[in-house]
Amino acid sequence: MGAALPVVAALREFLPQRAILHEEEDTRPYECDGLTAYRQLPMVVALPETEEQVRRILETCSSLKIPVVPRGAGTGLSGGALPPGDGVLLSMAKFMRVLRIDPLARVAVVQPGVRNAVVSEAAAPFGLYYAPDPSSQIACTIGGNVAENSGGVHCLKYGLTLHNVLGVRGFTIEGEPLELGGEAPDAPGYDLLALAVGSEGMLFVVTEVTLKLLPKPQSARVIMASFDDVEKAGAAVADVIAAGIVPAGLEMMDRPATRAVEQFVGAGYDLEAAAILLCESDGAPEEVEDEIARMKTLLAHAGATRMTVSRDEAERLRFWSGRKAAFPAVGRISPDYYCMDGTIPRKRLGEVLRFIAALEKKYGLRCPNVFHAGDGNLHPLILFDANNADELHRTELFAAEVLEKCVEVGGTITGEHGVGVEKINQMCVQFGAPELELFRGVKRAFDPQGLLNPGKAVPTLARCAEYGRMRVRGGQLAHPELPRF
Amino acid sequence: MIESFAETIRDAAARGRALRLRGGGTKDFYGNALRGEVLDTRGYAGIVAYEPTELVVTARCGTSLEELETILEANGQCLPFEPPHFGPQATIGGCVAAGLSGPRRPSAGALRDFVLGVKLVDGRGQALSFGGQVMKNVAGYDVSRLLAGSLGTLGLIAEVSLKLAPRPQAETTLRLEAPQARALELMNRWAGQPLPVSATAWHDGELTARLSGSAAGVRAAAARLGGAVVEQPFWAGIREHSAAFFSGPEPLWRLSLPSTSPPLELQGRQLVEWGGGLRWIKSSETPTVIRDAARRLKGHATLFRGADKAAGCFAPLAPALERLHRQLKAAFDPAGIFNPGRMYPER
Repeated sequence: MGAALPVVAALREFLPQRAILHEEEDTRPYECDGLTAYRQLPMVVALPETEEQVRRILETCSSLKIPVVPRGAGTGLSGGALPPGDGVLLSMAKFMRVLRIDPLARVAVVQPGVRNAVVSEAAAPFGLYYAPDPSSQIACTIGGNVAENSGGVHCLKYGLTLHNVLGVRGFTIEGEPLELGGEAPDAPGYDLLALAVGSEGMLFVVTEVTLKLLPKPQSARVIMASFDDVEKAGAAVADVIAAGIVPAGLEMMDRPATRAVEQFVGAGYDLEAAAILLCESDGAPEEVEDEIARMKTLLAHAGATRMTVSRDEAERLRFWSGRKAAFPAVGRISPDYYCMDGTIPRKRLGEVLRFIAALEKKYGLRCPNVFHAGDGNLHPLILFDANNADELHRTELFAAEVLEKCVEVGGTITGEHGVGVEKINQMCVQFGAPELELFRGVKRAFDPQGLLNPGKAVPTLARCAEYGRMRVRGGQLAHPELPRF
Repeated sequence: MIESFAETIRDAAARGRALRLRGGGTKDFYGNALRGEVLDTRGYAGIVAYEPTELVVTARCGTSLEELETILEANGQCLPFEPPHFGPQATIGGCVAAGLSGPRRPSAGALRDFVLGVKLVDGRGQALSFGGQVMKNVAGYDVSRLLAGSLGTLGLIAEVSLKLAPRPQAETTLRLEAPQARALELMNRWAGQPLPVSATAWHDGELTARLSGSAAGVRAAAARLGGAVVEQPFWAGIREHSAAFFSGPEPLWRLSLPSTSPPLELQGRQLVEWGGGLRWIKSSETPTVIRDAARRLKGHATLFRGADKAAGCFAPLAPALERLHRQLKAAFDPAGIFNPGRMYPER
C-alpha cells in the first residue's frame, strides 16, 4: 500500500480517518459494482459527508493527477463504478438525506446517495411520487440513476431519469462548483443538464439533485395477456400503440423467463404461454376502465390466448413482482447470468428474437428474455457458469453478437444500463471515429486531464482498432490510419 | 445535399468566415445579432422515416414544420411539446435549434425531452450521427439533446428524430376569473393532483386552462374545475404570440421562474403560462431591473423580442458555465463560424 500514501496523507488533512479506506480488508467490498465479472481493488476509498469534503477531494486528486471514480450504491450493471487501481473511489453513500420536499411546486431536493424508492416514500404523504422506477429501486441511488439515465418499467409514459431531473449541483474534477438546470424551466445557454444525465460519472460529480414529482394516479390496473408466439405478442404491442394508447407500463417476458420467475416469486404467470405481456393503465378510474377495455379488445384481436386483469392493488403488485424480480430469479436457476441491454425499433423484435434463439444453439447457452416492450429495450439474460472459462468466453461472444445486431437493425447497444467497461468495445461498432472524437472533445471540456472515471464509456481509437470490429461507412473503415490486429 | 452543406462549411472554416444557419427565418428575431453569410437549410427537406406504431419520426432539417404536423395529425399523432412556428416558413431544423416549447410543455415535456437523435454537420464539415430512433439510448454523451436550443451555434442539424405522442381523444378549455396570485396557486395545486390539465395561462384577471385526455377523464375534470368553456383557438394565439397581449411597442421579456414564485413586481403587462413557470412581460424596465427580479426568484430572464439588444438577449452565465460553453463550442466548431454571437458574445 506504499503507493497509496501520498494521496492518503493529503486526504487526511481534511477528512476524518473513518472516511478514508486503504487497507485491503476495507477496500475489498468496493472492488466491483453489479457487474461482478470485472473486479479491481481501489487504491483508496473516500467516503465524504459534506459538499466541502467532496470539493477538496476532487481538488486534491486533480492537483496530484490521481483518477477519481464516483460510486453510488454499486448496483450498476455495466461496470461504470469499477474502481481505479491507481486512484480514489469516491463513495457518495453518506449523502443520504432528502433535503426538501415542496408539495406545491412538486419538487424533491435530495442528496445523491438517497435510494430511488425513498424519494417516492418521502413524497407519498403529499399524494406525489417520483416516476422512474428501475427494478433495483430499493437499492440503487439517485446519483447513480443520474449517472446512468436509468429507466424502469413505466418510462414509455413517464420518461427516463433525464425527463424527471430538473437540476443538479456538483463539482468539476478541479473542484469548481457547477449548477445545471434548476426549478425554473429552460436554463440559459446550452442544455448541459441533458449532457450531464447519463454521462456515467465522467463529466463531473453530483452532490445534489432536484427531482420532479408527479401526482400519484388515482388508480392503476394491469392486464396479463398470454400469447402462443413471441412475435404475435410483439405485434400486439404495435397494435396498442397504433390505437393511440400509451400504456403506463408495457412489458414482455418469454417462457424461459416466466418459468424462472414463477418458481421464485409465484406471480401467477401463465407458464404455458410462449410469451406474456403486462399492459398497465393508470389515471382517473373512469379513464382506466376505458383504456383497459380498449386494450383487452386489441390484445384479443392480436391473438391473446388468455387475459387476466388485476382486481386490486395487491394483485397488480403481484403481477409486477415477477417482472421486477426477473434478474434475481434467473440468478437462482444459473450460477451466473449476463444481462444485455440493447434497444431496437420494436418492429424488428421478431427478427432479433429469432437471431438470439439461433445464438443459443450456436453457443450452447440458454438465454431467457425480458423486454421493455413499449420502448424496445431488450434484456436477454445469458445463463452461464463463470467458473467454466469456456462458458464465460462463449457468453462474451454471444453478448457481443446480440449488441451488434441491435446496432445493425437501427438500435443501440445500451438503453439504460450504460456502457461502462462492459460495452466499450461495442461503442466502436455503434459510432465512427469522428463521433468518438467529439465525445472526447465533450469530455475534455469538463475534464481536461481525463481524471474522472477514466477508461469508461468512450473507447480510444487504438482500442477500437484492437477490437477489430469497426463500423464501416461508405465502404471505408472508420480510421484507416491505425494498424489492424 | 449533406455533402454540399459540408463543403460550404469546410470552405467557410478554412477562410474563417461566419455562416448564419437558417431555415425559414421565422425566428430571426430571437437571440442576439445575426452575423455571417446565410446557409439556407430548406433545400434539404422531407420525412426520412415515419412509422406511427414506433412513435418516432425522422425528418430532414428543411422540412416544413406545418407540413410535418399535418402528416402527424393525419395519423392521430403530434409533437407533444407543441412548438411555436412564428410563421408559415418554419422548419423542423429551426424549431429544434431554437428549442422553444409551447403551452403543453409543463404536462408533456420540453422539446429537448423528445429529441431522440440527430445527424449534424460539425464545424469541421463532418457529418456525424448521435442518438437514433429508439426511445432509450444511453450510448455516449447525449449530444442530440445538447443541440436542442443551441441556436445553430454548435453545428448544422441536418436530420432529427423525434418521439411523438398520440393526439388526445378529447380536449376542452375552461376560463375562471382570478387575480394573479390566486391563479398561480390554482395552477400549482392542479398540477399536484391527478388532473389532465395540459395547458394554463393567466392574463388580466382571467385564468384559462386546457384539459386533454380521454373523453371520460376530461369530462370528469371539467366538472371539478368549473368555469366557462372557451373556444380552442385561444392556445394558438398564446403559442404563436398572435394574441393581443403580445402586440405593442414595449420589449417582450420571457422570465423562467420556479412555478410557485409570487407575481412579479415589475412595471408592464404580464401573461403567465406553464403553471406559473413562465412569465411573459411587456415592459420598458431596464434589463438590469428585469434580470435582477428574475435572479432573486432563482430564475432567469430572456429578452424575447426587442429592438435594443445591447444587454444581450440571454441571461449571463456563471464563470464556470461560461468557460464550459466556450470549450464545448470549440469542440464542435473550432473555427467559430456557426452563428457567432447569436447566443453569447464570442471571446
